[in-house]
Amino acid sequence: MPNEQLDSELAHLESEILLLEGMVETAIFKAIRALRARDLKASQEVINDDDRIDDLENKIQIDCVEQIRRQAPLAADLRRIIGMMFIANELERIGDYAEGIAKVSINMGHEPPLKEIDDIPRMGDLAVSMMKRSIEAMAHTDPDTASSIALGIENDDDEVDRLYAKVQADILELVREDRYAAERATYLLWAAHNVERIADRATNIAERAIYIATGIMVGGSKDAVAALE
Amino acid sequence: MTTVISDLARDSRAAGVMSEAIIRFDDEEVVLETEDTSVYYGSTLAIEKVSIQIPRNKIISLIGPSGCGKSTVLRCFNRMNDLIPGARVTGRVTYAGVDVYSDDVDPTDIRFRIGMVFQRPNPFPKSIYDNVAFGPRVNGMTEDLDGTVEESLRRAALWDEVKDRLDESGLGISGGQQQRLCIARALAVDPDVLLMDEPASALDPISTQAIEDLVRKLSEEVTIIIVTHNMQQATRISDYSAVMMVGEDRVGHLVEYGTNDQVFGNPIDPRTEAYVTGRIG
Repeated sequence: MPNEQLDSELAHLESEILLLEGMVETAIFKAIRALRARDLKASQEVINDDDRIDDLENKIQIDCVEQIRRQAPLAADLRRIIGMMFIANELERIGDYAEGIAKVSINMGHEPPLKEIDDIPRMGDLAVSMMKRSIEAMAHTDPDTASSIALGIENDDDEVDRLYAKVQADILELVREDRYAAERATYLLWAAHNVERIADRATNIAERAIYIATGIMVGGSKDAVAALE
Repeated sequence: MTTVISDLARDSRAAGVMSEAIIRFDDEEVVLETEDTSVYYGSTLAIEKVSIQIPRNKIISLIGPSGCGKSTVLRCFNRMNDLIPGARVTGRVTYAGVDVYSDDVDPTDIRFRIGMVFQRPNPFPKSIYDNVAFGPRVNGMTEDLDGTVEESLRRAALWDEVKDRLDESGLGISGGQQQRLCIARALAVDPDVLLMDEPASALDPISTQAIEDLVRKLSEEVTIIIVTHNMQQATRISDYSAVMMVGEDRVGHLVEYGTNDQVFGNPIDPRTEAYVTGRIG
């Protein structure tokens, strides 16, 4: 027997999460494109649009609280609602990283770009893909499917970390070659750091998707969790 | 962060999902137990082969949809089913290791040791004092009856509200007070176990809170089994919850019994999941 009212509300919350993910995804791609193209107008638009992301995240949090108050959910329903509150917050933070990349672009002003560093957009593509798949994992109630998607995301996070290390090395090399490039190099490093954090947050979402599907909390230090228990 | 999901895939989830749906305790912890207990009303099978262990000084909630046999299970523990014409109990029910249904066990003795509080407060049409003194008097107690009445009313968190009107009728106080009076009456014979059949379902939220606070406090000395339809109440007050479910054959079964983390957070049996999320019942 379906719980029609709650099922409908859960579906609505999920659609709001998907909308938020779409807005954040747009912000990331736009921020990275603007950084490469030195398009300060587009960078400023990313910064301006972040308020809309914040507003939707707030709305999702309020809607989740409303459902907890009205439905007093338990078991998988409770995990789903609490999980979506967490995921909305993670997406909002990812939006902040996109805004951070846009701010890097603005701070660089009209200075010419350093030598193209392809690995940053590559990191961006991978991080966005991880984020999209983590939301897909959230939508799956089947533990095996959610876990399998999350496992792929974890592997990609390792790849993003590897690319980030390479970007750091490349940027250091650029500074060694031209010490006057240090300021712009620092900006680029900061942009790459923002992308790396996006991937970390996507991994957090994947871990929360596992919690929603299985009730088992993963992530963080296992020793720390054991100590808390 | 990078290895925990794969660790999960390897071991944690498997351990969580494959564990038993019905908890078992060490023998020395168990005060009450049913083993393959079935109850018939006439030729109708009401509950079938229920095996549940009740650990001492804990609060156990019995939940499940209407007609699943929760109250029937509750009544097995102190032979209240004996009072229902045509009721027949098979299997074993033991209290402190003694077969409750053995021929040499006096059901009245059992009911003193295992008291019961019902959904609707049912004080006798007597004074508050006489309600509480009823059990001790039946037991032949004559000394310090006043002390027993006061202590019982204090344990039931009612003394301060009624100490100046002990001679007034037990029917003249509020519903919440009447229910605590019934608890005081049960406590007056110093029971080991209290069975509570939806004790707060007829009460307002404040009286319900008072009963819940009382139940938590009493569990320091008394084992409590409580039937409730209120799952939030079960999560608030109990240490363990047992889920009864009825199939298409209309026979009640115990489908899950465990910690509240398990039953209300991550149930093992899909029927429990369906029930606690409002998708069955």
